[in-house]
Amino acid sequence: MHLNILFPAIINGLLMGAIYALIALGLTLVYGVLHIINFAHGALLTAALFAAFFLHKLFGIDPYLAVFILVPAFFTLGYGLQRFVVGPASHGNDGNILLVTLGLAVVIENMLLYAFRADTRTIDVKYAFDVVPFAGMFLSVPRLAGFAGAVVVALLLWLLLTRTDTGKAIRAVAKEKLGAQLSGIDVAHIYAVTFGLGAACVAIAACLLIPTYYVNPNVGNAFVLIAFTTVVLGGMGSIPGALIGGLFVGVVESLSGLYLGESLGQIGIFVMFILVLLFRPSGLLGERA
Amino acid sequence: MSTDALLNVRGLHAGYGETEILRGIDLVVGAGDIVAVLGSNGAGKSTLNLAISGLVAAREGSIEFDGRFIHDASPAAIVAAGLVHVPEGRRIFPNMSVADNLDLGSYRRASSQRAANRERVFAMFPRLRERASQRAGTLSGGEQQMLAIGRGLMAEPKLLILDEPSLGLSPLLVEEMFAMILRLNKDGLAVLLVEQNVVQSLDIVHRGYILEHGSFVISGSAADIRSDANLKRAFLGL
Repeated sequence: MHLNILFPAIINGLLMGAIYALIALGLTLVYGVLHIINFAHGALLTAALFAAFFLHKLFGIDPYLAVFILVPAFFTLGYGLQRFVVGPASHGNDGNILLVTLGLAVVIENMLLYAFRADTRTIDVKYAFDVVPFAGMFLSVPRLAGFAGAVVVALLLWLLLTRTDTGKAIRAVAKEKLGAQLSGIDVAHIYAVTFGLGAACVAIAACLLIPTYYVNPNVGNAFVLIAFTTVVLGGMGSIPGALIGGLFVGVVESLSGLYLGESLGQIGIFVMFILVLLFRPSGLLGERA
Repeated sequence: MSTDALLNVRGLHAGYGETEILRGIDLVVGAGDIVAVLGSNGAGKSTLNLAISGLVAAREGSIEFDGRFIHDASPAAIVAAGLVHVPEGRRIFPNMSVADNLDLGSYRRASSQRAANRERVFAMFPRLRERASQRAGTLSGGEQQMLAIGRGLMAEPKLLILDEPSLGLSPLLVEEMFAMILRLNKDGLAVLLVEQNVVQSLDIVHRGYILEHGSFVISGSAADIRSDANLKRAFLGL
């Protein structure tokens, strides 16, 4: 196929992949530290999309500025959910945590459905269709903003985990809980901080998505399925893995959409997923068990 | 009764589920003291350490440290009070650098003195300085034990509990380790040494307790314990 079509498809895949990476980042962080899959991740994304939607609709707050409201709000929400709902309800049993997060997802989604019905909503921002010329292509400005946002978040997260005491404590708890407790690290607090960070990642993703996307009470599920795939592809719990996995999934989706038709784009993701698992079961950057 | 003791455990009962492991422990460690708790596998040594550190709940009795009761305190609050426990099996953070492991030792306490204390630990264990940027999981067993103790010292403890520091080390390293523990104590640090290695432990401590089936069967000065006829029975079941 002609490069004039192929190259833009790859670039567009990378731009979308960055958002996948951002959602996967939150999921893999929680998995890496709490060793559970957070099934409420998709519902939190949906809730964040609704929040960004209404901040714009009711108060005229631009989605990119809403980041500064929604990040603290969702961090607090995630912290509280883990500290006061998931943690206490699980009684220290990982299997229970799984079920509690699944239950949370059902509750959140149905509350949104009850409150806002199943209507699909979009916002109108004047830059939604802005493009910039780049190497003979036209790139969507909101998608570029999404890409830049995802890269900045990944960088900040990396700095947090490697340069701050809280970040180091998160990594310590992930691998050696008893050693961490005996160093004076409050594990329940660190779990909640990690859950909060996962929710904050989703809030940022929502703000970056809403200018070009839509929201309805089920919208998070499509993303979280891709995010699960991304996390497993990249290696469970690996942060660079989530980034590379997200970009990879974005490109694969874009290319298979190009070759197989838009509606079959996701087939490529899952074929690739099966292939990677066949030949590298621990994921691209995962540690061998 | 209030005592001048740094650590004062009285009538401590603790266990897991239906099983009672500790059946009435009385233990005193004074400031600047070095005291051994000796016992064979399964005697309850690690449970005692975990109970003092707040990780296993005390069912009965009291634990007083530095003038405050700590038997209901969280593990983090106990570290903050200056009681630091270097656990059996080292429990270092294998995925992180030696330097980061030491930094986390001062997560809860003495974080303003971090740089100076790290320098002190490096002076004591030059091997750790050489390997400061290396992942802790790649260290040898002896180096990991040094790191675990170094991490404990980063909190400027008032009392250091060492659980089986000689476990899995070569005889030469064991000797070095005990000499180092003695040096720490000579510098004024109170140490509670919990060990299976009876002979070498008794060489460096002032007093000792022999733990058997969850209670102390012998206690006294190191010399008294060494000459006690029951000692062999406690360890060999004779």
